[in-house]
Order: sequence, then C-alpha cells, then structure tokens
Amino acid sequence: MPVQAHEIEQHFRREYGRCVATLVRFFGDIDLAEEAVQEAFTIAVARWPATGLPPNPGAWITTTAKNRAIDQFRREAAREDKHAQAFLLYGQDSLGSDDEDQVGPVQDDRLRLIFTCCHPALNRGAQVALTLRLLGGLQTTEIARAFLVPEATMAQRIVRAKKKIKAAAIPYRVPGDAELPDRLSAVLTVIYLIFNEGYVSSAGAGLIRDDLCEEAIRLARVLAALMPDEPEALGLLALLLLIHARRPARSRADQALVLLPDQDRSLWDRQLIAEGQQLVRACLRRNAPGPYQLQAAVNAVHSDAADAALTDWGQILQLYDQLLALTPTPVVALNRAVAVAEVSGPQVALAAIDELDLAGYHLYHAARADLLTRLGRHGEAVVEYDSALRSTANAAEREFLEQRRAHTCQL
Amino acid sequence: MTQYLLSVHHAGGDVALMPEEEMAQSFKDVDAFNTELQASGNWVFAGGLHAPSTATVVRIGDDSSVITTDGPYAETKEQLGGFWVISADDLDAALELAARGARACRLPVEVRPFQE
Repeated sequence: MPVQAHEIEQHFRREYGRCVATLVRFFGDIDLAEEAVQEAFTIAVARWPATGLPPNPGAWITTTAKNRAIDQFRREAAREDKHAQAFLLYGQDSLGSDDEDQVGPVQDDRLRLIFTCCHPALNRGAQVALTLRLLGGLQTTEIARAFLVPEATMAQRIVRAKKKIKAAAIPYRVPGDAELPDRLSAVLTVIYLIFNEGYVSSAGAGLIRDDLCEEAIRLARVLAALMPDEPEALGLLALLLLIHARRPARSRADQALVLLPDQDRSLWDRQLIAEGQQLVRACLRRNAPGPYQLQAAVNAVHSDAADAALTDWGQILQLYDQLLALTPTPVVALNRAVAVAEVSGPQVALAAIDELDLAGYHLYHAARADLLTRLGRHGEAVVEYDSALRSTANAAEREFLEQRRAHTCQL
Repeated sequence: MTQYLLSVHHAGGDVALMPEEEMAQSFKDVDAFNTELQASGNWVFAGGLHAPSTATVVRIGDDSSVITTDGPYAETKEQLGGFWVISADDLDAALELAARGARACRLPVEVRPFQE
C-alpha cells in the first residue's frame, strides 16, 4: 500500500520525542539530535512512498537518525574536531544495539529530556516551548501560532534556551529523590500550562485550541506511564482527561461559552470520563493527596452527576477544603466559594471571597457578579460584570459576560 | 567539567550592609565554605573586592591614547563585591554550591558558565 506524506509526518511526530531523547543521550547535543531526526525524515519522504513502511517505523527512524549523526561526527572528526574524535574513540560503544532501543532505557531518555526542558534555570516560557518542541515534536511555527507570538520571537526563545542548556551544562537526567518533588512540580506545571493555553486561549476568537489540549494530554500520559509511582503525575492526567471530556459540551456551534451547569451532559465523552475516574480512584487508594489529584477528584464528582442539580456539592466542598489547606491561594479560595454558595447560600459565599486580593481577575468579578445577582443586588452585579469585561480579551468569554450583564440589567 | 563564575553583587556600595557581629560570622562562614571548596576539588579561584570607590577604569581613546578615570565602570547601585570561580560536573552541581555560597555571604549569587 502506498505511503501518504501525512502518514510519514504522523510517524515522525509520534516518534520525535523518543528519538531525539535517545540521540541526546548518545551524543550529548540537542541540536545534533534534532538535525539527525530531520535528516531521517527527509530520507523517509524520499524512500517510503516507493518501499512502503518499514516493519518498525520507530526503530527505522532512530537507527537512520543515529547513523546520520555518526556520519556527521565522522565529517567533523576529519576536520580535527576534538569532541568528535573523542566520541568516535570512546563513545560508540555506548550506542548499543537497536533492539535495546525498544525497551526500558529509551523511556528513561524521554523522562530525562523533559526534566532538562523544565529545568528551573530556564524561564517558564522557554520551558513550555522546549517541551512542546523536543518532546511533542511541534515545529517552531506551530508553537508560535499556539502562543500567538511571532515565529521569530519563538525561534529566538528556543535557540536561546538550547544555548543555555549547552553552555551552562544543564544536566540530562532525572533529579535525585531530594530534588524530585520540586522538579516534578515544574514539569507538571508546564504540562498544565500547555493544556490551559489550549483550554482558554488568553486572547483570540476560539475558546478551545484542541491541538494544544491533546498535546498536553499526550505529554501527561507519557509522564504518568514513566512515573507510575508519582500520584500527582496520575492526578494531572486524570484532571486533564476529565476536563477535556466536557469539551464537546463547553461551546455551542457558534463558539459561545456554555458553563458547567448549563451543559448538555449527553455530549460528554464517557470514555475519557471513565479513564479519568479510574485514575482518581487509583489515587484515592494511595492516600497521598496533592493539588492535581484533588482538582481531578472535584471534576470526577461533577462527572458523576447525570444532571447539574444532582451534583454532590458537599463532597466538592470537602475536596476544596483539603485543596485550600494544601495550596492556600486566592484562586483556590474563589473556586471553593462556588461550592460554598451551593452548600450554604450566596451570602456566605460572598463573605468568603470579599477579602480576596483578586481585583483584575475576570473570573473573580464574574463570580461576584453571579453571587450578587442571586442576592438580588443587580446594580452591584452589573458593576462587577463591567470589571470582568475589562479583564479578559477572549472573545467567547467576553460574549458570555455581555449576555449575563444584559440579563442582569433586565431583572 | 564546566567552570562557572559565581559572582556576588550587592547594593551597599561603601556602606556596611549588616551588623558587625553578623558580618564577622559571615566572614567565618565564607572561609569555611572556601575550605570545603578546596577539599572537594571544586575550587579554582576566589576573592573579595574592596569597595567600588577604589576602582579605576582604563580605556583606549579614539586616538589610541590611554584614558584613566576614577570610579567603577558602571554607575549602578549593584556592584560586584566578590566572586568564586568553580569547576563542577553540571549546572545542578554548580547551583548547589552557589546556594551554599549565598548562605555563607548572605547575598544573592549569580551563576554563569565560562566559555570553554
């Protein structure tokens, strides 16, 4: 069967992170690893349409890229490059056979690489871009488009980060036990940010950029598979799956935002919910709660309710109490207040968020507006909707807020 | 192994930054840290600098003449107060040493790799 160009692209996209990670271990150089995989892609595009897919495309890509990199080293060695000579003398033994590439150590390579990409010596923007590029196999132009920055800016960000990794010798390894909690938390944050940027893009028209959400879920899956003993890694995957399951119900055909209570729950993706809930149950059995696990549990409770009116708000409030104890931030307190309103009424909820330092955060003003409306204080509610509108640039969110404001004015 | 410059910047200028007692303890801690660096083999070189007001800048003028001026090169509030040059396996090892240095001298430490 003839191989289509897009099929070749898919294979490379799927294998990119694994392959680059393996080559970085062999050659200790990210640019060389990326160039070698790119060369392998060029060869595949030329050959595969005629020869058909190799029996194991992943192994073919890694072997071909590896051979290209060794050729590159030979050429440099001929020019008396000291590193290349040293590699050819001592390094080649470490290449191992291709069989080995398909088992355990290769997975560790991707884990090493993600910890390098999310090293605290790199700024958050660089961490996100490098992770998408090296582990996700996204092109610089795709990452630039996803984050709404000019391609040149994104290219510069990635080049600078790779230069720093090389010059400052940022290590290529999974951190030891002592550092692991902090370092893992940075990795989880990066994956969560990628998802969140896809979920509510900070500007622009569309409410959800599916490709970013799906990429984040793919990365979360890899991380959960590589670190099955880290409950927060499982918790993050569960959280993303449960939120993503509601995607079909979250916006109407005209892209307008639909809030949780008003969503058509028959549109929810049952398969994703089942997977997410199973992960939440596995986390509960571990009994080592963390912020991602607790947020996943909140979403699991929502997923359980066949109808918004059947939501177990008491359980959600308990989970938020735990979450607030672990991460006492104003945003968590705000989310908790939504549950407080359902359990104890809007007056109590309003008092709970009155003191929060969240002015300028559109969801804070939207929450206040909603509570004030429920208390019949319509004039104050409209003022809050105006504040919310001043604080977001997302078209779908703005339209939603405009409608709510108009509705409140009519009351 | 990569060599790193661990530089200590402070905003104090010629003025003392902390109470005398703490300053004395800080000097002791830095001495102890230096001894550890030498014992562990990470030590390359280190030194504390006199106040910025003791600095002199030398530059070459357009006509190739030597121009000498009083004072530090950059008129900023933060000035280099001292530094270590260390040799470490990778950035994590260097950051770990920098943290110990920062604790000893009670000031932030900037870590920057040397060109090979």
